[in-house]
Amino acid sequence: MTGPVLILGGRSDMGLAIAHRFAAAGHPVQLAARHAQSLSADANDIHVRHNVAVTLHEFDALAVDSHAAFVKSLPVLPEVAVCAVGTMGEQAASERDVAAAIAVMRSNYEGPASILAHLANAFEARGSGTLIGISSVAGERGRATNYIYGSAKAGFTAFLSGLRNRLARKGVHVMTVLPGFVATKMVAGMDLPQKLTAETREVGEAVFNGVSRQRNVIYVKPVWRLVMGVIKNIPEPMFKKMKI
Amino acid sequence: MIVSGWGRYPQLDCRVAVPRSDEEVKRLVGEGRVIARGNGRAYGDSAMNLGQTLDMRGFNHMLAFDAVTGQVVTEAGVLLEDVIAAFLPRGWFPPVTPGTKFVTIGGMIAADVHGKNHHKHGSFGSFVDWIDIMTAGGKVVRASREKNRELFEWTIGGMGLTGVILRAAFRLRAVETGWIRQTLVPAPNLSAVMKIFADSQDVTYSVAWIDCLSSGDNLGRSLVMLGEHAMRRDLPLKDSVRPFATPRKRQLTVPMDAPPLSLNRLTVRAFNEVYYRNGLRHAGDTLIDWDTFFYPLDAILHWNRIYGRRGLMQYQCVLPLAQSEAGLRALLTAIALAGQGSFLAVLKRFGVQESRIAFPMEGYTLALDFPVTRRTLALLNDLDRITLAHGGRFYLAKDSRMSPETLRHSDSRFADFIAMRSATKAGDRFVSVQSERLKI
Repeated sequence: MTGPVLILGGRSDMGLAIAHRFAAAGHPVQLAARHAQSLSADANDIHVRHNVAVTLHEFDALAVDSHAAFVKSLPVLPEVAVCAVGTMGEQAASERDVAAAIAVMRSNYEGPASILAHLANAFEARGSGTLIGISSVAGERGRATNYIYGSAKAGFTAFLSGLRNRLARKGVHVMTVLPGFVATKMVAGMDLPQKLTAETREVGEAVFNGVSRQRNVIYVKPVWRLVMGVIKNIPEPMFKKMKI
Repeated sequence: MIVSGWGRYPQLDCRVAVPRSDEEVKRLVGEGRVIARGNGRAYGDSAMNLGQTLDMRGFNHMLAFDAVTGQVVTEAGVLLEDVIAAFLPRGWFPPVTPGTKFVTIGGMIAADVHGKNHHKHGSFGSFVDWIDIMTAGGKVVRASREKNRELFEWTIGGMGLTGVILRAAFRLRAVETGWIRQTLVPAPNLSAVMKIFADSQDVTYSVAWIDCLSSGDNLGRSLVMLGEHAMRRDLPLKDSVRPFATPRKRQLTVPMDAPPLSLNRLTVRAFNEVYYRNGLRHAGDTLIDWDTFFYPLDAILHWNRIYGRRGLMQYQCVLPLAQSEAGLRALLTAIALAGQGSFLAVLKRFGVQESRIAFPMEGYTLALDFPVTRRTLALLNDLDRITLAHGGRFYLAKDSRMSPETLRHSDSRFADFIAMRSATKAGDRFVSVQSERLKI
């Protein structure tokens, strides 16, 4: 299987890392993002390194009305589609300004769910393919410090799980990725615990391996499964008083 | 943030920026003194500036590859590891490689790194076609042998002190396989190892591990590793079908600092004894993969931690050919006397190299490492004196403690280097902790 891999959110560090990993295995790459032409250096880099074709595609996750046309406009329907769209926003701003909160919700849930819904229908009709959603451990339980982002990711995680269930007998596989902390530009300057923080390269590796093993839900660093197991099981009366 | 070289000495609090475009580099250069930093594999203080260190790993794009000539164009922060990963499967290998693949292209040019084939092919600089450099005035200059030749030549081995290396074009070497035919030759003493080097001038790769704790008749006993790129016909049938599919090595790591006394005279002596005897048993020809041959230590992440929290000091000098034997004898005697066994001691014969400021010259180079202690510092001062007395000079990529006087005495070329830095204003802009210490 060396069909094309579509990366939605092709500007993100994680999206690019995943693109590199699939390209290294010989897959052509379709990078989709806003202002796609500004990704030409990245596209060329992937091409030079891995000797595969790389194409750029204009895509706006929030312009949900354009998503059906976007899928039709792709030169080839991809074998694998990865949705790495999302933005953390700033929790304080999201609390002050409900409009800002809604923008975070839309870019982490509505946009990603919309594009994957269109791709899911096309994949289902074809009877094959893999859909990958980059969600977040923040969606596993709401916390005061980032529950706006977390709530949207929770919705996205539930969407992916339902989609997986729906397509399980249709030849289409859906994988949910919960990266945990990753050393990307998005979190530059934040003080993250080293043992819990993955390099973007590890994300690429984990996603690639997850696909070849048909995994359903993956954590990039396995320790996160344990961490989230504990966090999810703290009783609410205690949890609400904690600062985590 | 706290920054250090691979030796983890010194560790200093530096302001670090990660520029991703020429414009950002230009802005940072305009704001004050800077030094570019690659992947931090220079051992000492070469790539540190307290006021502004530029972490160039944001410049990580490959730009072009010519499958006919083997020329690659990359940004300065691309890792050699990635160059190998991208092009070895297509039959191309770095023309020169240092002992680790975790270096950036910019760093390889700035230090003008050498490898096991220096006697035959020279240093990395010989394979560089052009370099884009952000100069003191904020202008990007493309320097090559044809245009801006002076800047090109000063930049190769110039330790980042001519400007910020942004991009470069260099040529790879065509290979048929990812395997090396290695011949391991034990040498009972210094004369024997030097004779082996002299007799192996036609062999592409040669390097010796040298036991610094042996003395007397055994002074300089070594294991010489000779290597050639294997041809397809050299491989067993199962590998010749996929000549670049070498086994992937398991990545080991040193999870924490070793306690202070783990590397002492006894443990190093015991290690050396076992290593040499093992070499005697395995003498002869073997076929090994490129990763094991060129980068044995890369298999152990954070191997520098075995030297403990205080870090390690590398020491590398080169002695001119005519004075090599006397000089090496004096160096090895001093080391054995001090009982300061160096765990990883490497001896290598260099070929002729004409360069403005780069380290290599025809002769023998000795690389040693020691835990950072007061005794080590005293010993290294002795080794400086011996090297100077024999007309030798020092590798700045390894240095963290030399005095400016020693540098001046060892290498008259630095007077011109300083004059160039002053004339081009590079001296006002591109400054490292090392360049300040050495007054260059």
